[in-house]
Amino acid sequence: MKRIVTAGVVVVATIGAFTGCTAGSSDDGTKTIKYGLWDANQLPAYQQCAEDFEDANDGYKIDIEQIGWDDYWNKITTGFVSGDTYDVFTSHVAYYPEFQKNGQVLPLDDYIERDDVDLSVYQDGLVELWQNPDGEQYGLPKDFDTVALFYNEQLTEAAGITDEQLASLTWNAEDGGTYEDVIAHLTVDKNGVRGDEPGFDKSNVETYGLWMEGSGGADGQTQWTFLTGTLPWEQTDGPWADSYHYDDPKFQETIAWWHSLVEKGYMPPFEAQTGIGWADQLIAGSAALVPNGSWMTGYVFGSASDTFTPAVAPTPVGPHGERASTMNGLADNISVTTKDADAAWEWVKYLGSEACQDVVADAAVVFPAIKTATEKAVAAFEGKGIDVSPFISQVENGTTILYPITDFKSDVNAIMTPAMEAVMSGKAGVDSLTDANNKVNALFE
Amino acid sequence: MATKPLARNQLAPALMFLAPALLGFAVFFAWPSIRGLYLSFTDFNLLRAPEWIGLDNYIAIAQDPVFWNSLWVTIEYVVINIGIQTAAALVLAVLLHRFTRSMIIRGIVLLPYLIANVVVALVWFWLADYNLGLINSALDSIGFDRVGFFGNELLAMPTIALINVWRHLGYTTLLIFAGLQAIPRDVYEAAEVDGAGEWRTFRSVTMPLLRPVLAFVLVISVVGSFQIFDTIAVTTGGGPVDATRALNVYIYDQAFAQFDFGYASALSVVLMLILAVVALLQLRVLRANESDLDR
Repeated sequence: MKRIVTAGVVVVATIGAFTGCTAGSSDDGTKTIKYGLWDANQLPAYQQCAEDFEDANDGYKIDIEQIGWDDYWNKITTGFVSGDTYDVFTSHVAYYPEFQKNGQVLPLDDYIERDDVDLSVYQDGLVELWQNPDGEQYGLPKDFDTVALFYNEQLTEAAGITDEQLASLTWNAEDGGTYEDVIAHLTVDKNGVRGDEPGFDKSNVETYGLWMEGSGGADGQTQWTFLTGTLPWEQTDGPWADSYHYDDPKFQETIAWWHSLVEKGYMPPFEAQTGIGWADQLIAGSAALVPNGSWMTGYVFGSASDTFTPAVAPTPVGPHGERASTMNGLADNISVTTKDADAAWEWVKYLGSEACQDVVADAAVVFPAIKTATEKAVAAFEGKGIDVSPFISQVENGTTILYPITDFKSDVNAIMTPAMEAVMSGKAGVDSLTDANNKVNALFE
Repeated sequence: MATKPLARNQLAPALMFLAPALLGFAVFFAWPSIRGLYLSFTDFNLLRAPEWIGLDNYIAIAQDPVFWNSLWVTIEYVVINIGIQTAAALVLAVLLHRFTRSMIIRGIVLLPYLIANVVVALVWFWLADYNLGLINSALDSIGFDRVGFFGNELLAMPTIALINVWRHLGYTTLLIFAGLQAIPRDVYEAAEVDGAGEWRTFRSVTMPLLRPVLAFVLVISVVGSFQIFDTIAVTTGGGPVDATRALNVYIYDQAFAQFDFGYASALSVVLMLILAVVALLQLRVLRANESDLDR
C-alpha cells in the first residue's frame, strides 16, 4: 500500500508536469466540456439536459462521465494535480471547502453579475452553502435533500399504529415522547411480545423499532441532527464557524437518550451496525422505522414486496414545538484546470436553470433546487405513488438546518467518529464528548 | 567465487535484457520510493506544492496515539493471521504429503485462494452480519447469543485475520508442500528403518529439513500480512472505534481522506522500516540461507 500511495503521488505529479491537457476547443471549433457526476440514478436526467443544451447551443459538446462516490473524489483530486480533470463537476460540501481554499475551483460572481442570474429562485439557504467565508459564490444550487422517517407500513399496521399517529410524533430527551412510545411498540421479540409489554425479552429481538445506522460521526445527518435540531442546539455558530458545540449538555443528553434505546432493546446494538446496511435491514423486517435522507427514496420504494410496504413520515416535533432536518444540497463547480471557463460557465448556468432542473424534476429521483422545479418533482413522485411531503414540509415550514460547513471537516470527522462510536458502543459515557469537542476546537486555534 | 568477470562484449546484450525490468524498477519502485521519502519530510496536501518541514511528521507520529493503536492492531492481526495460518498449513501439507496423491484434494485446498480478496471479504461480511447473516442465524437457532463479528471491538480484528487465514491457507499449504517434496525419500526410509513413528519423523526429519522453506514462507507471509488493507477497506473501514485501523488503513485515511500526503508518506516510511527489521530478524533467526541437507 505504501508503494501504491507513493507511486500514485509520483505518477500523478509526473503526469502533471508533462501534460497539463484538458478538454477545450478542438480544431473544428466545437467546445467540449467534460462533466462528472457520481450518482448513476441521476445520469439519465443529466444526459437529457446535456442533449437539450447541445441542441440549443451550437458548437457545444458535453461529455458526461459517471463514476462511484469513492473513486470520483480520488479522480478529481488527483486530476487537479495532473491538470486534467472535469471542466465542470457535481460537488459536495464535504469536499468543496478544501478545493476552494486551495484555489482549485473558480468563483462565479463575475459571471452571475454579467448574466444577471436570479439567485432568489432557489430554495432558501442553498445559495449560502456554496459561498466561501468571504461571500464569493462557487456554485449554483442544483438539488437538495432533507431527512424523514422511512417505515414498513405492514409492521406499523400490525402494531395498530396509524399513519396519522406517525405524522404527529413528539420527542424530548427525558422520556422520548410519543416517538419512543411508537418505537417501543414497534419492537417485537422472538415470542411476539412487544417492547412495551410485560415479558419483553430484549436479548431476543426479532424486529427493532428503530435502526441506528452507526454513530453518525461528526454530523449525524440521518441519525440525530433531526432530534438535536429541535432542542434547539446549534452544532456550530453558522457557516465557516471556528468552533463546535459537542460539549453542550443538551446535545449530550440527546445522545444519551438515543443510546438508551439500545439498553432498552428497541434499537440494535452498535456491534450490529458493521454489516448489511439500514435499507436492506428495513426491507428484510429487522427494523420497523429508520430515519434517513430523501436521496434514498428511490431505493426504498423500489424494494416494495409482499412483506415490505414502504412509507415515509416526518421527523418528530421536538421540545421547542417544531421539527428539524438537516438540509444539504449539491452544486456544480468549475475546475481551475478548465481551458475554457466561459464555455464551462454556460453549462453550469444551464444546469442551474429551470430548463434543466425541470427535466431532473420529471425523473423523480432528487428534489431540484429551484422552487418551481421542486414542486414539479413532488408531482412526479406522486405520479409514481410516492408521497414525499414529509421531506418537503421541512423546507416549507423553514425547519431545515444547513449542513454545518467549516474548515478542517475531515479532521473533525476523524476525531468525532471514534468518539461517537465509543459512546454508542457503551464503551464511554456522553461526557467523553466534551473532551472530543476540545480536540475539535483545538484544530481551529 | 568462481564467476568470471563479464566480458566487455557481453555487457551490452546483458543490459538490453535487463532494461525492461530495470525500467520498471526505476519508474515504479525506486523513483516512487525516493519521492515518498522526500515527501515524508514535507507538508503536502496534493493541491499545493510540498513544503519542507524536516522531521515534524516523524515527531508527530511518535506522539500520535492513533498511530500506536494502529501498530498494535496490525501486530494483533499478524500474530493471529500468521500463527494460525502457518500451523494449519503445516499440518495440512504434511497430511497431503504423507497420505494422499490426489490432485483433486490439492485443488480443493487451493480453491479459496482463487477467489478475489474483496469477494471473499464481502461474502464473509454478509455471512457474519449480526441480524441477517447465516452464521448468526445458525448461532441463534441453537440457542447462542448473536455475535457482532465485525462490529465488536474485540472480535473485529480476529474475524478479519481468520477470514484471511481461510483464504491464504491453501496457498501456504502448497508452498510448504513443495518444500516437503524436496526432502529426499531416503531420509524417511532411514527413519522408518530406525523405527521412528509418525510424530518422531515429523519432529526429527521433516521439521529440520523444511526449515529453509518455512523461513521463506514466513518472511513472505509476514510481510504481506503487515500490509493488510483490502479486507478491512471493504468491511469495517477501520472501525469500530479504530479497532481495525491497521497501519495501511491509517495511511490511506491520512492520504486520501485527510489529504495529508506528507504525513501519510512518513507513516509509509515507518511501515517500511518496521517490515525491513522484521524480515531481517526472521531471516537471521531462521537461518534461511542454510540447509540442514548439506550436513
